[in-house]
Order: sequence, then C-alpha cells, then structure tokens
Amino acid sequence: MSAVAQERVGFFTDTSVCIGCKACEVACKEWNLVPEDGLVWTGESYDNTSALGANSWRHVAFIEQNEPLHTDAEGDVDALRWLMSSDVCKHCTHAACLDVCPTGALFRTEFDTVVVQEDVCNGCGYCVPACPFGVIDRRNLPRQDPPAVPLLTREEDGRAWKCTLCYDRLQGGHEPACAKACPTDSIQFGPLDELRERASERLEKLQAEDWNGARLYGHDPDDGVGGFGAFFLLLDEPEVYGLPPDPVVSTSHIAEMWKTAAVATGALVLGVVAGFLGGSR
Amino acid sequence: MSEARSYYGRPVLKEPVWKAEIPTYLFTGGLGGASSVVSLVARVSGHELLAQRSIQIASAADAVSPLLLISDLGRPERFLNMLRVFKVTSPMSVGSWILAYSSTASSISAFLNTIGRLPRVSELARLASAGSGAPLAVYTATLFSDTAIPVWHEARRELPFLFGSSAVASAGAASAIAVPPADAAPARRLAVGGVLVENVLFKLMERRLEFVGEPYSQGEAGTFRKVAAGCTLSGAALLAAAGRRSRLAAVAGGALVLAGEAAVRWSVFKAGFQSARDPKYVVEPQRQRAATRADAARSAPRPRP
Repeated sequence: MSAVAQERVGFFTDTSVCIGCKACEVACKEWNLVPEDGLVWTGESYDNTSALGANSWRHVAFIEQNEPLHTDAEGDVDALRWLMSSDVCKHCTHAACLDVCPTGALFRTEFDTVVVQEDVCNGCGYCVPACPFGVIDRRNLPRQDPPAVPLLTREEDGRAWKCTLCYDRLQGGHEPACAKACPTDSIQFGPLDELRERASERLEKLQAEDWNGARLYGHDPDDGVGGFGAFFLLLDEPEVYGLPPDPVVSTSHIAEMWKTAAVATGALVLGVVAGFLGGSR
Repeated sequence: MSEARSYYGRPVLKEPVWKAEIPTYLFTGGLGGASSVVSLVARVSGHELLAQRSIQIASAADAVSPLLLISDLGRPERFLNMLRVFKVTSPMSVGSWILAYSSTASSISAFLNTIGRLPRVSELARLASAGSGAPLAVYTATLFSDTAIPVWHEARRELPFLFGSSAVASAGAASAIAVPPADAAPARRLAVGGVLVENVLFKLMERRLEFVGEPYSQGEAGTFRKVAAGCTLSGAALLAAAGRRSRLAAVAGGALVLAGEAAVRWSVFKAGFQSARDPKYVVEPQRQRAATRADAARSAPRPRP
C-alpha cells in the first residue's frame, strides 16, 4: 500500500435520479461501523436522519413540493414533485476543517480526499464550527476503545467524525460503500475531472428536457472552497436542501485576520504604555 | 428582505461543541496576557508593587488557562497532541504554542519573584512573558473569526480589538484590586480606558454587522451583553470616582469590571451558537453576495474580440 499521489476522485450525486431508498445511508453505516445514535420520528417527509453529523455520513433529504417537475407541463395538474438528495461531506479543495485542525488529525489523502485520523484527534472541536456545510461533528456516544492509561479520560468517544470517502476501500481499489449500494447510480464515484464532464452533459440533457430548476452545485473550481470533491446536481436552490448557497472557506481570510491581530497586539501594548503615562494620580 | 428558504428550518452549520470552559478561558487568557504586559511596563516605569502583583495575577491566570482548555477536550488525555504540529492556518495551533510559552515564562518569573531568588532569570522570564502576553490576549479573537459562524467570521475586523481592550480592562481591574490605591493609578486608568474602548468597539461592531450582528443583542448573548455593559461601565465609574481614595471602592469597582469583562466574552461566545442555529444568518448574506457577484459579472465590460 503506497501513499503516492493518485488521480483525484470524488462523488457526483445526481439528485434527479435519487429514489430516496437510503441504501447509501445503510451501506455507509455498515461498512464504516458508524454507530446508531437514536431513532426519532421527525414528521419531515421521509427524513428521520435530519442532518449529517458524527454518526450520519450520508443523509438523504426529502422535500415535498407543490412545483412541477418540468416547466413545459401544461396546466397545474401535475404541479407536485418530491425532491430527494443524498448529502455527504464535500471533500473541499480548500477544506476549513483540515486547515484549522490543530493536531494534524485531519489530513489530505493521496486521493485528494479529507480524512480524520481517529488515533490522533483530541476532540478539540475546532473543525465543527469551521465547516461551512455543518458536516463534521464530535461523537458523544460511549467510547468503544478502552483507554491505554485511565488518566484524564472520559466516558464519551469525544472525537470528530465524518465521511472518509471510504479511504480503506479506495486503498483496496474499491468504490465507496454508498456509491456501490446506490441502485439508480444517483451516487457516482470516479475521477473528479471525468465526473465534472459527465455532470455537464447530464445538466444539458435535463435543461433540454425542461426539468424545473436543474443546476450543478459545487462543480466550479473557482468557488469559495475551490470546488467540491463531492458535488451535486440539484433541482432547486441549495438552501432548500439545507446547503449553503455560496460557501467560503474561512481560512481564505487568514492573512487578513492575522494582520488585524498583529495591529491589535500593537495597540494593546501601546494602550498599556499610555496607561502608565500621567503619573501616580 | 425576503424570508430565506431552508430545509425544515434546520441549521446549515453545526453549533460549536465548546462548553463553559471556553468563554472562561477567553477571560483568563486575556487577563493573563494583558497582566504580563502590565507587569513589564510597571517594572520599567518603576511601579514595583504593581509589577510584582500583576506578574502574580498573570501567572495565576496562565496556570488556570491550560487546565480549562484540557478540560474542554473530547479526549483530554491527548492534550499534548496540540503541540504535535504548528499550523498558521489554525489559530488554535498557534495559540497553543503561545500559551505554552507564555504560561511557562510567567510562572517562572512569578515564582522567582516571590521567593526573591535569581532576579536576572526572573526579569528575563518577565520579558518573555510580556512579549507573548499581547498575542495571548488577542489570538482567541482570530480563533473565533476563523470559523464559518457568520457573527464571528464577519466580525473579524473588530474582534481582536474588542478582545484586546477587554483584556486590558481585566488586567487593570485585577491590579487595582490587588494593589493599594496609592500605587494603583496606572491600573485604574487601564481599567477605565479599557472599558470605554471595549464598549465603543462593541457598539461599532454591532452597527457595521447590521443583520448578521443581530445575535449579539438577542437571546442569551443579548442578556450577557446588557450585564456586561452595566457592570463594566458602573465599575469603571466607581474606579474613576472613588478608586483613588477608598480601597473598598477600588475592590468593588475592580470586581464589577472583571465580572463585566467576563460577560463580554460570554456574550460573544453565545452569539456564535445563535448565529449557527438560525439558517437565515448563513443563507441571506450568501445569497446577497452571490447576487452582487452576478451583477458585477453582468455589468463588466466584455473583452474585445
């Protein structure tokens, strides 16, 4: 097994053919031993997973809409559609979680994906509010690995978890579990360049067929995170699926932020010096 | 502004997982960092008692700070992994190194100073601690700004100055309590000046942020904000009016300022949760940004053939 740079791989999730079977959610849980974190009924269409998190690395969103599926439909009789979309970690080109991780637990693999090393993560939680998509989270379930030395330890797992794009399967030459299990090829795995071409062709076809609201999301390498390693074809605005419409990696402003901090540091010292001028009254 | 669309009103971002230790550390880190700077300037300008007490305050705050941070970790036994790498893109990594350095220096200086041994080493340690004191007081603002939370990230211009002035006010107030009024004039001026700057900056920050800054005045963050303004301003007034004559007034005024500055940190901390919880703070500014960019692209002159 070598760590030599490979071709960048990722996902193209074509939501126009998603049937909401949740096979991706199940396959991901099974392959990656992602624990169950409670069963609830939300009343939000067929979605009881609600969001990505430490214990949900694929999440199928369901949106029931009084909108036509095609814009060329005559009259309003068919003005009804059911959007389904399998969300996942975007494996950003410029990943905020990786940038802010103080331990180096988060790293970029030879496949250009973003992975947490569970044996390094110390659960500082910085990646959690750094992610512009709210993907990564800390796991608060009871810890499974016994501590080597029972000192300063906690009952909970306490580490950050997210999709690894099935790093272990990639190393073995297999496609990720979710893509493997998807019965409609809504989740497509492959070299990113190839996926981008395929997505453009698919979008052209849907637009020619007057599909309502078809658009690509995250395919543009010039966007705020340098393009997603896992991008989407959506049928409505991103925020309808719970996705940010124009995400930006916070570290794109890091130079400016450090400059401001440096000026504030100087101002603090000058302020203290000024406080000592004016004698002892 | 039209109502932002969302997925069943659910958040786009995750709320931070940080607990009470973190806003407490924002306060102790600021207090410790600014106190080392105060100690050095006091030493240089011949305020011996002030110099001694403020380095003790700094070392006490710097001793508590790492414990708070370790206690907040999901895997506290792996706290040393913080010093496994050094990354400028991670203010937490930079800050861990600053804190490790600063707290080592301030504790050496305070210890030697207190037992009256090795004065040169003590002075050198005081200098080292003062050098890292200001960055220690300010970097936490960069840490918060370097996230996707709108109320923190968009406040990146003001937060370092807000945290810096809050730290100076805290250090001044703590020294004004610890030193008799006759020796505490500079400390009182720092407390009063820090409070005024911090209050003005907070107002300006809220005004500039407009819609995105709403959480600072709402909910728990808003309550802390009100408590902060009440405590800091009344404490500063008390210090300015009676701190010179009465030790009691100095202690009461200093305590009010300290409580108020702690509340400032809690307000900023809580505002981040509120900002992450409501998807409109994420979606609406991003929609506007995208629209502005699209307009600019439309009106840009076309390249000639």
